Amino acid sequence: MQVGYLASEVSTGLRRNVTMTVAVVVTVAISLALFGAGLMVRAQAATMKDYWYDKIEISVFMCNEFDTGAQCAAGAVSDDQRLLIRDTIEDHPEVAEVFYESQDRAYELFQERFDTAIADTITPEQLQESFRVKLVDPEEFDGVVSAVAGLPGVHQVVDQRTLLDRFFQILNGVQAAALGVALVQIVAAVLLISNTIRLAAFSRRRETGIMRLVGASNWAIQLPFVLEAAIAGLLGAIVAAVSIVAFYRYFVVDVLKPSFQFTSWIAWSDVLAILPWLLIAGVVIAATASFVTLRRYLRI
Amino acid sequence: MIRFEAVTKAYPRQPRPALADLTLEVGRGEFVFLVGASGSGKSTFLRLVLKEEDPTAGRITVAGKDLGRLASWKVPQLRRQLGMVFQDFRLLPTKTVYENVAFAQRVIGRSRRDIRTRVPEVLELVGLEGKEDRMPDELSGGEQQRVAIARAVVNKPLIVLADEPTGNLDPTTSVGIMKLLDRINRTGTTVVMATHDQSIVDQMRRRVVELDEGRLVRDQSRGVYGMAR
Repeated sequence: MQVGYLASEVSTGLRRNVTMTVAVVVTVAISLALFGAGLMVRAQAATMKDYWYDKIEISVFMCNEFDTGAQCAAGAVSDDQRLLIRDTIEDHPEVAEVFYESQDRAYELFQERFDTAIADTITPEQLQESFRVKLVDPEEFDGVVSAVAGLPGVHQVVDQRTLLDRFFQILNGVQAAALGVALVQIVAAVLLISNTIRLAAFSRRRETGIMRLVGASNWAIQLPFVLEAAIAGLLGAIVAAVSIVAFYRYFVVDVLKPSFQFTSWIAWSDVLAILPWLLIAGVVIAATASFVTLRRYLRI
Repeated sequence: MIRFEAVTKAYPRQPRPALADLTLEVGRGEFVFLVGASGSGKSTFLRLVLKEEDPTAGRITVAGKDLGRLASWKVPQLRRQLGMVFQDFRLLPTKTVYENVAFAQRVIGRSRRDIRTRVPEVLELVGLEGKEDRMPDELSGGEQQRVAIARAVVNKPLIVLADEPTGNLDPTTSVGIMKLLDRINRTGTTVVMATHDQSIVDQMRRRVVELDEGRLVRDQSRGVYGMAR
C-alpha cells in the first residue's frame, strides 16, 4: 500500500474517532507517567545507595572506664584487648580499611559537631575510643559484626547500614506502589484501546469488507488500525515523558534538591534514560492491544 | 474455472444443508445464471467460491486452486482473481466514483501509475467517463452499480461473481447492466450471476443452473428462467 494513502487513511480514522483517541492518549499518559515515576524512584534509590554505602562504616565502640555490662566488667579496654580486636577486624576478608579513633579524637569531633554549652561539660574520658571499619562490599556486614561483637572490651557495634535500610525499605515501598498503580492503569489502557479499536473496526466494516473481497492482505487491512493505536499510544507516551521531565525540573531540581542536601539526587542523565522506555512501552502496548483485538474482530 | 465436486455445506442448527452434494463445473469464459428461490443455496455457492466459508464435505477448485488446501494467507491472492458485485452496490459513501474504483487497487498495493491509467480505462468501459468526481449518492442506482462493476473488474479478475446485480434496478436500467456484464464476459472473463430476474435470464439465453433447497435441479445451456414443472 502506498505510504501517502495509508497516512491519509490513518489520520481520517483518528479524527473520526477523536473522543476515543483522546481517552486512549490520556489513559496511556497516566499509566506511563506512573510507570516512569516508579523507574525514577528506583534510580533515586540506586543513586542514594551508591552515595551512602560509599560513606557508611561499621563502628566498633570499645569500653571506657564508665561503661557497665558483661563485656566491660573489667573496666576500660586493655591494650591486649584492643590489639585482639584490631587483629580480628584486619584479618576479616570483607574489611577494606580500618581507622582508629581515640578518645581524644572523638572529643575533637564532638566539639566540632556540637559547638555549644553541652560540649563544655564533656571530657575525653567520657567518650569511647573506636575502630571505624570500611567494608569491601557494604552489603556484607553481618560477618564482621558477628566476629567482633562478642570480643571482650567491645561495648557496642553500630552498623550504619541498618539505619539506612529502613529508609530504603520506604523507597522500595514507594516504587512498588507506583509500579502497581501503573500496572492497573496499563490494564485499563489496554482494555480501552481494545474497545476503541473494536468500535473503529465496526464503524469501518464496509471498507474492511470491500478490502477483503478485492483481496487486500490481512496486514493491509489491519495496518491502519494498528498504526492509529500506535500513534495514540505514542502521543500518550510523549505526554507522560513531558510530565516526567517537568516533574524533575520543577520539583526535584527546584524544591527537593535545595531542601535536602544531605543526599545526592538523580541526575538529568537518569531521567533521560527513562524516556525512551516510556515511548517504546506506549507504542508497543497500544499496537499489541489493537493487533490482538483485530485478530478476533477482523477475520478473513 | 470453477469446479464443485460433491460439495455439501451444512450450517449448525439448520435442519437441512444449504448445499447438498453439488457437482458443477463452470468453464473458462462461460456466462452462467444461478437461479432458484430464496434459500436455494445461490449465495452459499458464491461464498464458497470466495472461500468466505469452507464446505462441510466435497472439493472446490477455483482458478486451478484447490480451496481446501489453500493456506489462509493465500486467500487474498485467490480473491484478486475474483470480482464481486452485489445487489446493494456496497460503495464507500465518503469516496468519489474515482476513489471507490481506485480503492480496490490501492489496498492491494498497485502503484500510483497503474491506478492513474487503469481507473479511467474501466470507468470508460462501464460508461461513467466524466463522472469521476461524483459522490455515490449523486448517482442513479444504475450508475452506482456501474461503479461497483468497475471496481469488480479493475484488477482484471478471471471470474466475476454477481449476486442479484439487477435486484434494486428498474427493467430498463437492468438491461444496461446486463449488456455491460455481457461485454465483460466477451473479453474472456467468466461470469456467474445469481438472479431472480426472469426476463433477463430469458432474454440472454445463456447457461442456467437452477438450485432448489441446496440441490442442483437443472443445468441447461441457452436456458430460460423457469421450466414448466
